[in-house]
Amino acid sequence: MAKFKTPFLDELEKGPWPSFVTDIKRQAKTKPELEDLLGQVELSYKDKETHWKHGGIVGVFGYGGGVIGRYSDMPKEFPGVAHFHTVRVNQPSGLYYSTKYLGQLMEIWERRGSGLTNMHGSTGDMVLLGTTTDQLEEIFWELTHDLNTDLGGSGSNLRTPSCCLGMSRCEWACFDTQAACHHMTNHYQDELHRPAFPYKFKFKFSGCPNDCVAAIARSDMAFIGTWRDDIRIDQVAVGAYVNGELKPNAGAHSGRDWGKFDIVKEVINLCPSKCMSWDGKALKINNKECVRCMHCINVMPRALRPGLDKGCSILCGAKAPILEGQRLATLIVPFIKMEPPYEEVKGLIEKVWDWWMEHGKNRERLGELIGRVGMREFLKAIEVKAIPQMVKEPRSNPYIFWEESAVPGGWTRDLAAFRKKHPL
Amino acid sequence: MAYDPKNPMKDRITDIGPRNYEEFMPPVIKKNFGKWLYHEILEPGILMHKAESGDEVYTVRVAAARLMSIELIRDAMKIADKHCEGCLRWTTRNNIEFMVDNKSKLEPLKADLKANPMFPIGGTGAGVTNIVHTQGWIHCHTPAIDASGIVKSVMDDLFKHFQSMDLPAQVRIALACCLNMCGAVHCSDIAILGFHRKPPFVQHEVISQICEIPLAIAACPTGAIKPATVDGKKSVSVNGERCMFCGNCYTMCPAMPLMDAEADCVVIMVGGKISNRISAPKFSKVVIPALPSNPPRWPEVVAAVRNILETYAKNANKYERIGEWAERIGWERFFEKCNLPFDVKTIDDYTLAYDTLRTTTQFKFS
Ligand code: HEM
Ligand code: HEM
Ligand code: HEM
Ligand code: SF4
Ligand code: SF4
Ligand code: SF4
Ligand code: SF4
Repeated sequence: MAKFKTPFLDELEKGPWPSFVTDIKRQAKTKPELEDLLGQVELSYKDKETHWKHGGIVGVFGYGGGVIGRYSDMPKEFPGVAHFHTVRVNQPSGLYYSTKYLGQLMEIWERRGSGLTNMHGSTGDMVLLGTTTDQLEEIFWELTHDLNTDLGGSGSNLRTPSCCLGMSRCEWACFDTQAACHHMTNHYQDELHRPAFPYKFKFKFSGCPNDCVAAIARSDMAFIGTWRDDIRIDQVAVGAYVNGELKPNAGAHSGRDWGKFDIVKEVINLCPSKCMSWDGKALKINNKECVRCMHCINVMPRALRPGLDKGCSILCGAKAPILEGQRLATLIVPFIKMEPPYEEVKGLIEKVWDWWMEHGKNRERLGELIGRVGMREFLKAIEVKAIPQMVKEPRSNPYIFWEESAVPGGWTRDLAAFRKKHPL
Repeated sequence: MAYDPKNPMKDRITDIGPRNYEEFMPPVIKKNFGKWLYHEILEPGILMHKAESGDEVYTVRVAAARLMSIELIRDAMKIADKHCEGCLRWTTRNNIEFMVDNKSKLEPLKADLKANPMFPIGGTGAGVTNIVHTQGWIHCHTPAIDASGIVKSVMDDLFKHFQSMDLPAQVRIALACCLNMCGAVHCSDIAILGFHRKPPFVQHEVISQICEIPLAIAACPTGAIKPATVDGKKSVSVNGERCMFCGNCYTMCPAMPLMDAEADCVVIMVGGKISNRISAPKFSKVVIPALPSNPPRWPEVVAAVRNILETYAKNANKYERIGEWAERIGWERFFEKCNLPFDVKTIDDYTLAYDTLRTTTQFKFS
């Protein structure tokens, strides 16, 4: 017999999409605190307002991040969720799991938590929802000692880096996103767990410009795979697409009859840089003009492949609208080899952090700081030269801030000599 | 050895990072790492990846509610143990993937998945895949709306597009329950966003005890908060006309809550994308400034999303994302085709607003 009647939530047990209500109800049979969760959420459905209290700082000793405090504002009615803290567990790169590891994690969460999780949180971590303050050190101990794993980041620090599955199962990956993500996560543990930054900082690694992990929209530093040489072409396979033996876009459009594949209409004319041609026999690409958008490769994955001189582009400053408005990341480094031990990349990261920590205001993201003081200051600080690839178009207002050192003769002038020529 | 509360620092381990992913990859994935030739989508939700070695890996993708109990994860583990050598993975959009190294293992795996209604197969190609979303009333203190319930309602309605690939291109839907946007809602084909519409309360009697008043004032991006003395106590006043309901003050100061059942609403944004394919990544744009938030099924939101999706599906060209379609036909046509009223609230008046205004005489008559 359920502890609370949940007529609103019961409505969400209908329909074909997996129901979180059905799932929680089943789990509530062995985890009675979830009865209280259902009761509180049902009340939110009635009130149309959340019943979680603001704030409350909790954590494990010595870490600034990884645990989010959460308290019910109706602890008497719903004692099982009076304290219901979140634990962020750092996910393995690419989100692969063995059942052995997951099993151990589930066992801990059955014993010490509510039995409810997010697989995964928006940033990437496994999110374990719902435990009490006295369990936090115990959980941390078991995670580190028994599972050989660590907490992720939260607060004003490096948030848990994340990546697409990259070379493990994607033919388009231009660098090993998993290795890079794993390496950077481990290398910057201090920044991940002990807040020293003005605000959050995110790294994301996508293996190619398709950007499956949304790096360009969400990360203060985005690492997006690309290549410098020529797209590899298998002309026989191109022919097979043209004559209908192979399905375009790997079969992604098979739910509807779009008619016969038309390489001119669907590839040549859609190429944003108009650098392709088709003479009825061979596909030609003027690779120098290609902007590597991935369209032709996505349409004909068996005929076209990224080149062999692979690496990544680095873009800085993306964020959601809070506070100064949303920003997409800005291209800073067009191409860099992305191979262990990543020394050059780390050098750049640390210059970015030094500058942001020195000049950033409280709660000012990197992109907002760049917006406030300008790309010029940013590029100077990270010692990167300006190149045309960084802009969509050059500036249209001519109010250029010249430095004295760049002006012939500097700013020193002789007023007396001037007045001699131009009497007052 | 266990944790000893009397001796918390003894044998403490810190800063070891996540488990190494290499331990968790299925053998066929490990063997062919970085040596993949191409892939095909065999049917909705089923992928085949071919390696240079000739090896193949078959992947079955299933939906998940993101919010998952340990029992449900154990159900998934059982299937992975039986069919997939004890390995499985999640996608960045919260689907679960089961991989086998031989076509003959595919049908038995599918049969076991189909037997469990919690694991519907789909989410590939030119369709609607899982909605990335935030916490909502399940676990956050600032939401204007719930997350899981709206996602469930919308995906129930769009379920056939999860299990078929009948759209012009993939459609990425995302939901954030407040302007903090813990997710890439600002660059999604369709974004569902929770929004508060009343300026914060000020709880004068406690604010000076539980908040740093200068922090609350500094937190406001529009300068709506000013110091004030109320009943002899230090407090603040809020100029409602300057408030854009961002909730930043509440983040700094619990004595300034915003939520309000009557006023909290849903914003629909459209036309964002992340991929660099053909056109550049784009922001989502506000096309419906406010819809009512009506639990448990949010019929207005479900209908609005369906309307936009189906109008797009009927009108766009192959490979064209929603934003690319809207740009090709012009946004004035987009509003017309989707039968959406245009409102002054759809014109930007915040930072960078000028970038979004029309500065040409080229336009289309409605
Ligand atoms: C570095 C110095 C200056 C800059 C950058 C500057 C810039 C500008 C700009 C951007 C405009 C608007 C033009 C337009 O509407 O298209 C303008 C107009 C004007 N400026 Fe300046 N200005 C400067 C110095 C001055 C000075 C020293 C004066 C007066 C002594 C002045 C008087 C005016 C007037 C009267 C207009 C209005 C012209 C009209 O009606 O179009 N400006 N200026
Ligand atoms: C009644 C006339 C004017 C009004 C209402 C006006 C208003 C403004 C405003 C609101 C800004 C933006 C400030 C900000 O938010 O950063 C601004 C910036 C500026 N104005 Fe004016 N302005 C006027 C006349 C002028 C004139 C006559 C000049 C030239 C002498 C001038 C030169 C500038 C400059 C150089 C900036 C800075 C632009 C930048 O930050 O890039 N303004 N003005
Ligand atoms: C470097 C040059 C300038 C800077 C950085 C600057 C900065 C500003 C700022 C920050 C504001 C407040 C904007 C707001 O609250 O939204 C403002 C408003 C204003 N400024 Fe300036 N200003 C500059 C030059 C001028 C000049 C030269 C004039 C007039 C000759 C001027 C006239 C005004 C007026 C009239 C306003 C009020 C505009 C309004 O709110 O309607 N400003 N300026
Ligand atoms: S971002 Fe590129 S490399 Fe990574 S999974 Fe997506 S398509 Fe593959
Ligand atoms: S990758 Fe994009 S830009 Fe390059 S040739 Fe292909 S379609 Fe054109
Ligand atoms: S989007 Fe806002 S309400 Fe939703 S989980 Fe994030 S902070 Fe909480
Ligand atoms: S909600 Fe945002 S704009 Fe409104 S008073 Fe608070 S901080 Fe200022």
